[in-house]
Amino acid sequence: MHGPIDAARLAAAERAAVRAEAARRRTDIVTHAILALGVVLFALPIWIVLMGSTHDVGTIARGEVPLLPGPHAVENYLTALGEGSARTTRVPVALMMLNSLVMALLITVGKIAISLASAYAVVFFSFPGRMVAFWSIFITLMLPVEVRIFPTFKVVSDLGMINTYGGLIIPLIASATATLLFRQFFLTIPDELVEAAKIDGAGPIRFFKDVVLPLSTTNIAALFVILFVYGWNQYLWPLLVTTSGEVETIVIGIVRMIGSEADTDWNLVMATAVLALLPPVAIVILMQRWFVKGLVETEK
Amino acid sequence: MRKRVIFSDKGLPYLLLAPQLAITFVFFFWPAGQAIWFSFLRQDAFGIRTTFVGLENFAALLEDPLYLASAWNTAVFSFWVTLVSMAVALGLAVLADRHIRGAGVYKTLLIWPYAIAPAVAAVLWIFIVHPQVGLLGRFLNGIGIAWDYKLDGGQAMLVVIVASAWNQIPYNFLFFLAGLQSIPRSVLEAAAIDGAGPQRRFWTVIFPLLSPTTFFLLVVNIVFAFFGTFGVIDALTKGGPAKATETLIYKAYIDGRVNLDLGSSSAQSVVLMLAVILLTAIQFRYIERKVHY
Repeated sequence: MHGPIDAARLAAAERAAVRAEAARRRTDIVTHAILALGVVLFALPIWIVLMGSTHDVGTIARGEVPLLPGPHAVENYLTALGEGSARTTRVPVALMMLNSLVMALLITVGKIAISLASAYAVVFFSFPGRMVAFWSIFITLMLPVEVRIFPTFKVVSDLGMINTYGGLIIPLIASATATLLFRQFFLTIPDELVEAAKIDGAGPIRFFKDVVLPLSTTNIAALFVILFVYGWNQYLWPLLVTTSGEVETIVIGIVRMIGSEADTDWNLVMATAVLALLPPVAIVILMQRWFVKGLVETEK
Repeated sequence: MRKRVIFSDKGLPYLLLAPQLAITFVFFFWPAGQAIWFSFLRQDAFGIRTTFVGLENFAALLEDPLYLASAWNTAVFSFWVTLVSMAVALGLAVLADRHIRGAGVYKTLLIWPYAIAPAVAAVLWIFIVHPQVGLLGRFLNGIGIAWDYKLDGGQAMLVVIVASAWNQIPYNFLFFLAGLQSIPRSVLEAAAIDGAGPQRRFWTVIFPLLSPTTFFLLVVNIVFAFFGTFGVIDALTKGGPAKATETLIYKAYIDGRVNLDLGSSSAQSVVLMLAVILLTAIQFRYIERKVHY
Protein backbone atom coordinates (compact mmCIF):
# COMPACT_ATOMS: atom_id res chain seq x y z
CA MET A 1 0.00 0.00 0.00
CA HIS A 2 2.72 2.41 1.01
CA GLY A 3 5.05 1.18 -1.69
CA PRO A 4 4.80 3.96 -4.28
CA ILE A 5 4.94 6.73 -1.69
CA ASP A 6 8.04 5.22 -0.11
CA ALA A 7 9.65 4.93 -3.51
CA ALA A 8 8.95 8.58 -4.22
CA ARG A 9 10.30 9.57 -0.84
CA LEU A 10 13.34 7.41 -1.39
CA ALA A 11 14.00 9.02 -4.73
CA ALA A 12 13.64 12.50 -3.21
CA ALA A 13 15.97 11.58 -0.37
CA GLU A 14 18.43 10.18 -2.85
CA ARG A 15 18.34 13.33 -4.94
CA ALA A 16 18.89 15.40 -1.78
CA ALA A 17 21.79 13.19 -0.82
CA VAL A 18 23.34 13.57 -4.25
CA ARG A 19 22.90 17.33 -4.06
CA ALA A 20 24.45 17.41 -0.57
CA GLU A 21 27.31 15.28 -1.81
CA ALA A 22 27.93 17.63 -4.73
CA ALA A 23 27.77 20.65 -2.41
CA ARG A 24 30.20 18.96 -0.02
CA ARG A 25 32.57 18.24 -2.87
CA ARG A 26 32.40 21.86 -4.00
CA THR A 27 33.24 23.12 -0.49
CA ASP A 28 36.03 20.55 -0.30
CA ILE A 29 37.56 21.93 -3.47
CA VAL A 30 37.32 25.47 -2.15
CA THR A 31 38.85 24.32 1.15
CA HIS A 32 41.75 22.67 -0.63
CA ALA A 33 42.25 25.73 -2.79
CA ILE A 34 42.40 28.14 0.14
CA LEU A 35 44.66 25.87 2.20
CA ALA A 36 46.95 25.43 -0.78
CA LEU A 37 47.05 29.20 -1.13
CA GLY A 38 48.06 29.40 2.54
CA VAL A 39 50.82 26.88 1.95
CA VAL A 40 52.06 28.91 -1.02
CA LEU A 41 51.98 32.08 1.08
CA PHE A 42 54.48 30.46 3.40
CA ALA A 43 56.48 28.56 0.82
CA LEU A 44 56.94 31.36 -1.73
CA PRO A 45 59.29 33.63 0.26
CA ILE A 46 61.46 30.63 1.05
CA TRP A 47 61.34 29.37 -2.54
CA ILE A 48 62.52 32.76 -3.81
CA VAL A 49 65.47 32.74 -1.41
CA LEU A 50 66.29 29.10 -2.14
CA MET A 51 66.36 29.70 -5.89
CA GLY A 52 68.09 33.06 -5.56
CA SER A 53 70.89 31.44 -3.60
CA THR A 54 71.86 29.51 -6.75
CA HIS A 55 72.42 32.58 -8.93
CA ASP A 56 75.23 35.11 -9.09
CA VAL A 57 75.02 38.47 -7.40
CA GLY A 58 74.47 40.38 -10.65
CA THR A 59 71.31 38.51 -11.53
CA ILE A 60 69.72 39.39 -8.20
CA ALA A 61 71.00 42.95 -8.03
CA ARG A 62 69.48 43.58 -11.47
CA GLY A 63 66.20 42.54 -9.89
CA GLU A 64 65.53 39.51 -12.05
CA VAL A 65 64.24 37.55 -9.02
CA PRO A 66 64.83 34.07 -10.44
CA LEU A 67 62.20 31.46 -9.66
CA LEU A 68 64.21 28.57 -11.10
CA PRO A 69 67.59 27.18 -10.01
CA GLY A 70 70.75 28.66 -11.47
CA PRO A 71 74.30 27.32 -11.86
CA HIS A 72 76.01 29.00 -8.88
CA ALA A 73 74.68 26.96 -5.95
CA VAL A 74 77.90 25.23 -4.88
CA GLU A 75 79.96 28.35 -5.35
CA ASN A 76 77.58 30.58 -3.36
CA TYR A 77 77.21 28.23 -0.42
CA LEU A 78 80.95 27.53 -0.26
CA THR A 79 81.74 31.26 -0.36
CA ALA A 80 79.14 32.05 2.30
CA LEU A 81 80.26 29.26 4.60
CA GLY A 82 83.97 29.74 4.10
CA GLU A 83 84.45 33.49 3.68
CA GLY A 84 81.17 35.26 4.29
CA SER A 85 80.23 38.50 2.59
CA ALA A 86 83.53 40.12 1.63
CA ARG A 87 81.92 43.53 1.15
CA THR A 88 80.18 43.78 4.52
CA THR A 89 80.80 41.51 7.52
CA ARG A 90 83.70 39.29 6.40
CA VAL A 91 82.66 36.68 8.97
CA PRO A 92 82.42 33.14 7.57
CA VAL A 93 78.86 31.87 7.90
CA ALA A 94 80.21 28.51 9.10
CA LEU A 95 81.54 30.30 12.19
CA MET A 96 78.21 32.08 12.70
CA MET A 97 76.40 28.75 12.47
CA LEU A 98 78.77 27.20 14.97
CA ASN A 99 78.13 30.10 17.36
CA SER A 100 74.37 29.77 16.88
CA LEU A 101 74.56 26.03 17.44
CA VAL A 102 76.62 26.38 20.61
CA MET A 103 74.30 29.09 21.91
CA ALA A 104 71.10 27.22 21.06
CA LEU A 105 72.29 23.91 22.50
CA LEU A 106 73.72 25.38 25.70
CA ILE A 107 70.60 27.48 26.30
CA THR A 108 68.42 24.42 25.71
CA VAL A 109 70.43 22.02 27.85
CA GLY A 110 71.02 24.67 30.51
CA LYS A 111 67.36 25.63 30.79
CA ILE A 112 66.24 22.02 30.96
CA ALA A 113 68.89 21.06 33.54
CA ILE A 114 68.37 23.91 35.98
CA SER A 115 64.59 23.76 35.60
CA LEU A 116 64.54 20.02 36.30
CA ALA A 117 66.68 20.60 39.39
CA SER A 118 64.65 23.48 40.77
CA ALA A 119 61.28 21.86 40.07
CA TYR A 120 62.52 18.70 41.79
CA ALA A 121 63.59 20.71 44.83
CA VAL A 122 60.28 22.57 45.04
CA VAL A 123 58.10 19.48 44.67
CA PHE A 124 59.91 16.71 46.54
CA PHE A 125 61.43 18.58 49.48
CA SER A 126 60.16 20.62 52.34
CA PHE A 127 62.49 23.36 53.50
CA PRO A 128 62.36 26.92 54.80
CA GLY A 129 62.06 29.43 51.97
CA ARG A 130 60.46 26.97 49.57
CA MET A 131 57.61 29.27 48.58
CA VAL A 132 59.90 32.29 48.31
CA ALA A 133 62.14 30.34 45.93
CA PHE A 134 59.16 29.21 43.88
CA TRP A 135 57.71 32.70 43.58
CA SER A 136 61.10 34.22 42.75
CA ILE A 137 61.30 31.93 39.76
CA PHE A 138 57.66 32.34 38.85
CA ILE A 139 57.73 36.14 38.83
CA THR A 140 60.51 36.24 36.20
CA LEU A 141 57.74 35.49 33.70
CA MET A 142 57.01 39.20 33.99
CA LEU A 143 60.56 40.26 33.13
CA PRO A 144 61.28 39.19 29.55
CA VAL A 145 64.78 40.01 28.36
CA GLU A 146 63.47 42.82 26.16
CA VAL A 147 62.28 45.01 29.02
CA ARG A 148 65.49 44.77 31.01
CA ILE A 149 67.97 44.88 28.16
CA PHE A 150 70.07 47.83 29.27
CA PRO A 151 70.34 47.15 32.96
CA THR A 152 71.07 43.49 32.16
CA PHE A 153 73.62 44.59 29.58
CA LYS A 154 75.25 46.76 32.22
CA VAL A 155 75.44 43.85 34.68
CA VAL A 156 76.92 41.61 32.01
CA SER A 157 79.48 44.23 31.03
CA ASP A 158 80.36 44.87 34.71
CA LEU A 159 81.03 41.15 35.00
CA GLY A 160 83.31 41.33 31.95
CA MET A 161 81.10 38.95 29.98
CA ILE A 162 80.68 41.01 26.79
CA ASN A 163 81.70 39.06 23.68
CA THR A 164 81.84 35.76 25.54
CA TYR A 165 79.70 32.66 25.20
CA GLY A 166 78.98 33.05 28.91
CA GLY A 167 77.49 36.51 28.44
CA LEU A 168 75.53 35.30 25.43
CA ILE A 169 74.07 32.26 27.17
CA ILE A 170 73.93 32.41 30.96
CA PRO A 171 71.49 35.34 31.33
CA LEU A 172 69.01 33.49 29.10
CA ILE A 173 69.18 30.18 30.96
CA ALA A 174 66.77 30.89 33.82
CA SER A 175 63.37 29.55 32.84
CA ALA A 176 60.12 30.02 34.67
CA THR A 177 58.10 28.24 31.99
CA ALA A 178 60.24 25.11 31.98
CA THR A 179 60.28 25.03 35.79
CA LEU A 180 56.50 25.37 35.91
CA LEU A 181 56.06 22.63 33.32
CA PHE A 182 58.27 20.18 35.22
CA ARG A 183 56.65 21.12 38.54
CA GLN A 184 53.23 20.45 37.06
CA PHE A 185 54.40 17.09 35.79
CA PHE A 186 56.17 16.08 39.02
CA LEU A 187 52.99 16.74 40.97
CA THR A 188 51.30 13.99 38.93
CA ILE A 189 53.87 11.39 39.98
CA PRO A 190 51.95 9.26 42.51
CA ASP A 191 53.02 9.44 46.16
CA GLU A 192 53.05 5.64 46.28
CA LEU A 193 55.97 5.62 43.88
CA VAL A 194 58.00 7.88 46.15
CA GLU A 195 57.02 5.81 49.18
CA ALA A 196 58.02 2.56 47.49
CA ALA A 197 61.34 4.06 46.50
CA LYS A 198 61.95 5.25 50.05
CA ILE A 199 61.14 1.82 51.47
CA ASP A 200 63.59 0.31 49.01
CA GLY A 201 66.16 2.64 50.46
CA ALA A 202 66.50 4.98 47.48
CA GLY A 203 67.67 8.47 48.35
CA PRO A 204 66.52 11.61 46.51
CA ILE A 205 69.31 11.46 43.94
CA ARG A 206 68.71 7.79 43.17
CA PHE A 207 64.96 8.42 42.90
CA PHE A 208 65.57 11.30 40.52
CA LYS A 209 67.89 9.25 38.32
CA ASP A 210 65.91 6.00 38.27
CA VAL A 211 62.31 7.19 38.37
CA VAL A 212 61.79 10.91 37.72
CA LEU A 213 64.20 11.36 34.82
CA PRO A 214 62.95 8.36 32.78
CA LEU A 215 59.36 9.48 33.34
CA SER A 216 60.20 12.99 32.14
CA THR A 217 61.67 12.07 28.75
CA THR A 218 58.63 13.13 26.68
CA ASN A 219 58.49 16.47 28.47
CA ILE A 220 62.20 16.94 27.96
CA ALA A 221 61.89 16.13 24.24
CA ALA A 222 59.01 18.57 23.89
CA LEU A 223 60.91 21.33 25.66
CA PHE A 224 64.02 20.57 23.66
CA VAL A 225 62.31 21.51 20.39
CA ILE A 226 60.76 24.71 21.72
CA LEU A 227 63.90 25.85 23.50
CA PHE A 228 66.24 25.03 20.63
CA VAL A 229 64.15 27.20 18.32
CA TYR A 230 64.04 29.90 21.01
CA GLY A 231 67.82 29.77 21.47
CA TRP A 232 68.71 29.69 17.77
CA ASN A 233 66.36 32.58 16.99
CA GLN A 234 67.55 34.98 19.72
CA TYR A 235 68.15 38.42 18.27
CA LEU A 236 68.10 41.38 20.62
CA TRP A 237 70.29 39.87 23.34
CA PRO A 238 73.12 38.68 21.05
CA LEU A 239 72.93 42.04 19.28
CA LEU A 240 73.70 43.74 22.59
CA VAL A 241 76.40 41.49 23.98
CA THR A 242 78.35 40.67 20.84
CA THR A 243 80.39 43.35 19.13
CA SER A 244 82.95 41.11 17.47
CA GLY A 245 82.57 38.56 14.69
CA GLU A 246 84.10 35.87 16.90
CA VAL A 247 80.87 35.19 18.76
CA GLU A 248 78.40 36.52 16.18
CA THR A 249 75.35 34.31 15.59
CA ILE A 250 73.85 33.70 12.17
CA VAL A 251 70.60 35.55 12.89
CA ILE A 252 72.60 38.66 13.78
CA GLY A 253 75.12 38.09 11.03
CA ILE A 254 72.60 37.90 8.23
CA VAL A 255 71.13 41.29 9.07
CA ARG A 256 74.61 42.81 9.24
CA MET A 257 75.41 41.33 5.82
CA ILE A 258 72.85 43.62 4.24
CA GLY A 259 74.53 46.92 3.56
CA SER A 260 73.51 49.52 1.01
CA GLU A 261 72.06 48.28 -2.28
CA ALA A 262 75.33 48.75 -4.14
CA ASP A 263 77.51 46.64 -1.89
CA THR A 264 75.31 43.83 -0.71
CA ASP A 265 76.16 40.32 -1.85
CA TRP A 266 72.50 39.41 -2.31
CA ASN A 267 73.25 35.87 -3.44
CA LEU A 268 75.23 35.25 -0.24
CA VAL A 269 72.51 36.85 1.88
CA MET A 270 70.05 34.42 0.30
CA ALA A 271 72.31 31.42 0.90
CA THR A 272 72.79 32.56 4.50
CA ALA A 273 69.02 32.94 4.95
CA VAL A 274 68.59 29.32 3.88
CA LEU A 275 71.33 28.21 6.28
CA ALA A 276 69.84 30.31 9.10
CA LEU A 277 66.38 28.79 8.88
CA LEU A 278 67.37 25.22 8.09
CA PRO A 279 68.37 23.89 11.57
CA PRO A 280 65.33 25.11 13.56
CA VAL A 281 62.92 24.21 10.75
CA ALA A 282 64.44 20.73 10.45
CA ILE A 283 64.05 20.16 14.19
CA VAL A 284 60.44 21.32 14.17
CA ILE A 285 59.54 19.08 11.23
CA LEU A 286 61.45 16.02 12.43
CA MET A 287 60.14 16.34 15.97
CA GLN A 288 56.68 17.69 15.09
CA ARG A 289 54.83 15.50 17.58
CA TRP A 290 56.91 16.72 20.53
CA PHE A 291 56.96 20.25 19.18
CA VAL A 292 53.16 20.52 19.20
CA LYS A 293 52.96 18.95 22.65
CA GLY A 294 55.70 21.21 23.99
CA LEU A 295 54.18 24.37 22.58
CA VAL A 296 50.68 23.66 23.86
CA GLU A 297 51.86 22.51 27.30
CA THR A 298 54.37 25.24 28.09
CA GLU A 299 51.77 27.87 27.35
CA LYS A 300 49.08 26.36 29.50
CA MET B 1 48.75 21.24 45.71
CA ARG B 2 51.36 19.49 47.74
CA LYS B 3 53.00 16.09 47.84
CA ARG B 4 52.56 14.17 51.09
CA VAL B 5 55.69 12.08 50.72
CA ILE B 6 58.85 14.11 50.63
CA PHE B 7 62.55 13.72 51.17
CA SER B 8 64.03 15.20 54.30
CA ASP B 9 67.51 16.30 53.21
CA LYS B 10 68.46 19.70 54.57
CA GLY B 11 71.06 20.99 52.13
CA LEU B 12 70.18 19.29 48.86
CA PRO B 13 67.12 21.37 47.88
CA TYR B 14 69.12 24.58 48.21
CA LEU B 15 71.87 23.08 46.10
CA LEU B 16 69.33 22.12 43.43
CA LEU B 17 67.79 25.57 43.41
CA ALA B 18 71.08 27.45 43.52
CA PRO B 19 71.82 27.77 39.78
CA GLN B 20 68.32 28.92 38.83
CA LEU B 21 68.08 31.36 41.73
CA ALA B 22 71.59 32.72 41.17
CA ILE B 23 70.82 33.53 37.53
CA THR B 24 67.42 34.92 38.49
CA PHE B 25 68.92 37.30 41.02
CA VAL B 26 71.97 38.41 39.03
CA PHE B 27 70.29 38.77 35.63
CA PHE B 28 66.64 39.44 36.48
CA PHE B 29 66.11 41.09 39.85
CA TRP B 30 69.34 43.06 40.06
CA PRO B 31 68.94 44.65 36.58
CA ALA B 32 65.23 45.21 37.05
CA GLY B 33 65.99 46.94 40.35
CA GLN B 34 68.69 48.98 38.66
CA ALA B 35 66.32 49.99 35.88
CA ILE B 36 63.88 51.30 38.45
CA TRP B 37 66.67 53.09 40.34
CA PHE B 38 68.24 54.64 37.23
CA SER B 39 64.84 55.81 36.04
CA PHE B 40 64.91 58.28 38.96
CA LEU B 41 68.40 59.57 38.13
CA ARG B 42 69.83 61.89 35.55
CA GLN B 43 73.44 61.87 34.31
CA ASP B 44 75.18 64.96 33.03
CA ALA B 45 76.51 65.00 29.48
CA PHE B 46 79.84 63.48 30.47
CA GLY B 47 78.38 60.72 32.63
CA ILE B 48 80.32 62.01 35.67
CA ARG B 49 77.63 63.41 37.94
CA THR B 50 74.32 61.79 38.61
CA THR B 51 71.50 63.53 40.42
CA PHE B 52 68.24 62.21 41.78
CA VAL B 53 65.42 63.74 39.79
CA GLY B 54 62.38 61.85 41.04
CA LEU B 55 59.77 61.28 38.39
CA GLU B 56 61.28 63.81 35.99
CA ASN B 57 62.42 61.17 33.51
CA PHE B 58 58.87 59.85 33.29
CA ALA B 59 57.42 63.33 32.98
CA ALA B 60 59.93 64.08 30.22
CA LEU B 61 58.91 60.90 28.43
CA LEU B 62 55.24 61.76 28.49
CA GLU B 63 55.97 65.23 27.13
CA ASP B 64 58.35 63.98 24.47
CA PRO B 65 56.52 64.01 21.13
CA LEU B 66 58.97 61.42 19.79
CA TYR B 67 58.10 59.05 22.62
CA LEU B 68 54.39 59.58 22.14
CA ALA B 69 54.85 59.01 18.41
CA SER B 70 56.59 55.70 19.08
CA ALA B 71 53.80 54.74 21.51
CA TRP B 72 51.29 55.46 18.74
CA ASN B 73 53.36 53.46 16.24
CA THR B 74 53.40 50.56 18.68
CA ALA B 75 49.62 50.72 19.05
CA VAL B 76 48.96 50.79 15.30
CA PHE B 77 51.57 48.13 14.61
CA SER B 78 50.38 45.78 17.39
CA PHE B 79 46.73 46.19 16.44
CA TRP B 80 47.29 45.19 12.82
CA VAL B 81 49.81 42.43 13.51
CA THR B 82 47.44 40.86 16.03
CA LEU B 83 44.35 41.26 13.88
CA VAL B 84 45.88 40.01 10.62
CA SER B 85 47.80 37.09 12.10
CA MET B 86 44.87 35.90 14.20
CA ALA B 87 42.25 36.29 11.48
CA VAL B 88 44.28 34.49 8.82
CA ALA B 89 45.29 31.76 11.27
CA LEU B 90 41.70 31.22 12.39
CA GLY B 91 40.49 30.99 8.80
CA LEU B 92 43.15 28.44 7.89
CA ALA B 93 42.55 26.46 11.10
CA VAL B 94 38.81 26.22 10.46
CA LEU B 95 39.52 24.85 6.99
CA ALA B 96 42.25 22.46 8.13
CA ASP B 97 39.88 21.17 10.83
CA ARG B 98 37.42 19.95 8.18
CA HIS B 99 37.60 16.26 7.44
CA ILE B 100 39.31 16.43 4.12
CA ARG B 101 42.00 14.35 2.59
CA GLY B 102 45.52 15.52 3.42
CA ALA B 103 44.54 17.59 6.48
CA GLY B 104 47.69 16.34 8.26
CA VAL B 105 49.90 17.41 5.37
CA TYR B 106 48.44 20.91 5.38
CA LYS B 107 49.03 21.09 9.10
CA THR B 108 52.72 20.28 8.72
CA LEU B 109 53.10 22.66 5.78
CA LEU B 110 51.48 25.50 7.73
CA ILE B 111 53.27 25.19 11.07
CA TRP B 112 56.91 24.83 10.13
CA PRO B 113 57.46 28.57 9.52
CA TYR B 114 57.07 28.91 13.29
CA ALA B 115 60.75 27.96 13.46
CA ILE B 116 61.89 30.96 11.40
CA ALA B 117 63.40 33.78 13.46
CA PRO B 118 61.63 37.15 13.07
CA ALA B 119 64.84 38.71 11.75
CA VAL B 120 65.24 35.94 9.17
CA ALA B 121 61.56 36.26 8.21
CA ALA B 122 62.24 39.94 7.58
CA VAL B 123 65.19 39.06 5.34
CA LEU B 124 62.95 36.70 3.35
CA TRP B 125 60.45 39.53 2.90
CA ILE B 126 63.15 41.87 1.61
CA PHE B 127 63.23 39.73 -1.53
CA ILE B 128 59.53 40.32 -1.99
CA VAL B 129 59.10 43.97 -1.12
CA HIS B 130 62.46 45.57 -1.92
CA PRO B 131 62.01 48.14 -4.72
CA GLN B 132 65.07 46.84 -6.62
CA VAL B 133 65.58 43.18 -5.74
CA GLY B 134 62.09 42.22 -4.51
CA LEU B 135 59.55 40.37 -6.62
CA LEU B 136 56.53 42.46 -5.66
CA GLY B 137 58.45 45.70 -5.12
CA ARG B 138 59.82 45.65 -8.65
CA PHE B 139 56.46 44.72 -10.08
CA LEU B 140 54.75 47.64 -8.35
CA ASN B 141 57.34 50.09 -9.61
CA GLY B 142 57.03 48.50 -13.06
CA ILE B 143 53.32 49.28 -13.25
CA GLY B 144 53.93 52.85 -12.17
CA ILE B 145 53.26 52.75 -8.44
CA ALA B 146 55.93 54.63 -6.50
CA TRP B 147 56.89 51.88 -4.08
CA ASP B 148 59.87 52.27 -1.77
CA TYR B 149 59.37 51.34 1.86
CA LYS B 150 62.70 52.97 2.66
CA LEU B 151 61.30 56.37 1.74
CA ASP B 152 57.59 56.10 2.48
CA GLY B 153 56.63 55.77 6.14
CA GLY B 154 53.20 54.27 5.46
CA GLN B 155 54.65 51.64 3.16
CA ALA B 156 57.35 50.87 5.75
CA MET B 157 54.69 50.29 8.41
CA LEU B 158 52.75 48.06 6.02
CA VAL B 159 55.85 45.99 5.29
CA VAL B 160 56.81 45.40 8.94
CA ILE B 161 53.18 44.55 9.79
CA VAL B 162 52.95 42.00 6.98
CA ALA B 163 56.31 40.37 7.76
CA SER B 164 55.52 40.18 11.50
CA ALA B 165 52.01 38.81 10.98
CA TRP B 166 53.38 36.26 8.51
CA ASN B 167 55.86 35.11 11.13
CA GLN B 168 53.20 34.75 13.81
CA ILE B 169 50.45 32.99 11.79
CA PRO B 170 51.81 29.42 12.24
CA TYR B 171 51.78 29.80 16.03
CA ASN B 172 48.20 31.10 16.07
CA PHE B 173 47.14 28.45 13.55
CA LEU B 174 48.44 25.68 15.79
CA PHE B 175 46.58 26.94 18.84
CA PHE B 176 43.35 27.61 16.94
CA LEU B 177 43.50 24.14 15.43
CA ALA B 178 44.04 22.57 18.86
CA GLY B 179 41.14 24.64 20.18
CA LEU B 180 38.85 23.61 17.32
CA GLN B 181 39.73 19.95 17.73
CA SER B 182 38.78 20.06 21.40
CA ILE B 183 35.21 21.16 20.58
CA PRO B 184 33.02 18.05 20.93
CA ARG B 185 31.59 16.87 17.60
CA SER B 186 28.23 16.23 19.25
CA VAL B 187 27.73 19.93 19.91
CA LEU B 188 28.30 20.75 16.26
CA GLU B 189 26.04 17.91 15.11
CA ALA B 190 23.29 19.12 17.43
CA ALA B 191 23.54 22.60 15.93
CA ALA B 192 23.47 21.13 12.42
CA ILE B 193 20.36 19.07 13.21
CA ASP B 194 18.70 22.21 14.55
CA GLY B 195 19.18 23.61 11.07
CA ALA B 196 22.09 25.98 11.67
CA GLY B 197 24.12 26.50 8.49
CA PRO B 198 27.92 26.44 8.50
CA GLN B 199 28.22 30.22 8.93
CA ARG B 200 25.72 30.37 11.74
CA ARG B 201 27.32 27.32 13.37
CA PHE B 202 30.66 29.11 13.29
CA TRP B 203 29.53 32.38 14.83
CA THR B 204 27.06 31.05 17.39
CA VAL B 205 28.73 27.80 18.46
CA ILE B 206 32.36 27.47 17.41
CA PHE B 207 33.55 31.03 17.92
CA PRO B 208 32.19 31.38 21.49
CA LEU B 209 33.59 27.97 22.45
CA LEU B 210 36.94 29.07 21.05
CA SER B 211 37.04 32.22 23.17
CA PRO B 212 39.57 30.94 25.76
CA THR B 213 42.02 30.21 22.92
CA THR B 214 41.27 33.52 21.24
CA PHE B 215 41.81 35.44 24.45
CA PHE B 216 45.04 33.63 25.23
CA LEU B 217 46.33 34.29 21.72
CA LEU B 218 45.31 37.93 21.94
CA VAL B 219 47.64 38.47 24.89
CA VAL B 220 50.45 36.40 23.37
CA ASN B 221 50.19 38.29 20.07
CA ILE B 222 50.26 41.69 21.72
CA VAL B 223 53.36 40.66 23.67
CA PHE B 224 54.89 39.36 20.43
CA ALA B 225 54.09 42.59 18.59
CA PHE B 226 55.54 44.67 21.44
CA PHE B 227 58.76 42.75 21.99
CA GLY B 228 59.21 39.81 19.63
CA THR B 229 59.20 41.88 16.47
CA PHE B 230 62.38 43.79 17.28
CA GLY B 231 64.29 41.66 14.76
CA VAL B 232 61.76 42.34 11.99
CA ILE B 233 62.00 46.08 12.44
CA ASP B 234 65.78 46.08 12.81
CA ALA B 235 66.26 44.01 9.67
CA LEU B 236 63.70 45.80 7.47
CA THR B 237 63.49 49.46 8.39
CA LYS B 238 65.68 50.18 11.44
CA GLY B 239 62.74 52.17 12.79
CA GLY B 240 62.70 54.45 9.73
CA PRO B 241 62.06 56.21 7.52
CA ALA B 242 61.96 59.26 9.79
CA LYS B 243 61.05 57.03 12.77
CA ALA B 244 57.82 55.91 11.07
CA THR B 245 58.28 52.33 12.31
CA GLU B 246 60.01 53.07 15.61
CA THR B 247 58.15 51.12 18.29
CA LEU B 248 58.63 51.51 22.03
CA ILE B 249 61.11 48.67 22.29
CA TYR B 250 63.08 49.95 19.31
CA LYS B 251 63.25 53.43 20.79
CA ALA B 252 64.41 52.04 24.15
CA TYR B 253 67.16 50.21 22.28
CA ILE B 254 68.26 53.27 20.31
CA ASP B 255 68.21 55.59 23.33
CA GLY B 256 70.12 53.18 25.54
CA ARG B 257 72.59 51.53 23.20
CA VAL B 258 73.20 54.24 20.65
CA ASN B 259 72.39 57.50 22.44
CA LEU B 260 73.54 56.18 25.85
CA ASP B 261 70.78 58.09 27.63
CA LEU B 262 70.64 55.91 30.73
CA GLY B 263 67.93 57.77 32.66
CA SER B 264 65.47 57.97 29.80
CA SER B 265 66.21 54.44 28.62
CA SER B 266 65.66 53.11 32.15
CA ALA B 267 62.40 55.00 32.45
CA GLN B 268 61.34 53.46 29.13
CA SER B 269 62.30 50.01 30.43
CA VAL B 270 60.19 50.58 33.52
CA VAL B 271 57.19 51.60 31.40
CA LEU B 272 57.61 48.46 29.28
CA MET B 273 57.91 46.36 32.44
CA LEU B 274 54.61 47.78 33.68
CA ALA B 275 53.05 46.90 30.32
CA VAL B 276 54.24 43.28 30.60
CA ILE B 277 53.08 43.02 34.21
CA LEU B 278 49.68 44.34 33.19
CA LEU B 279 49.36 41.92 30.28
CA THR B 280 50.53 38.97 32.39
CA ALA B 281 48.16 39.93 35.19
CA ILE B 282 45.23 40.04 32.77
CA GLN B 283 46.20 36.65 31.45
CA PHE B 284 46.51 35.09 34.90
CA ARG B 285 43.25 36.56 36.10
CA TYR B 286 41.63 35.09 33.07
CA ILE B 287 43.25 31.68 33.40
CA GLU B 288 42.28 31.61 37.07
CA ARG B 289 38.69 32.28 36.13
CA LYS B 290 38.81 29.53 33.56
CA VAL B 291 40.13 27.10 36.17
CA HIS B 292 37.33 27.95 38.59
CA TYR B 293 34.60 27.38 36.05
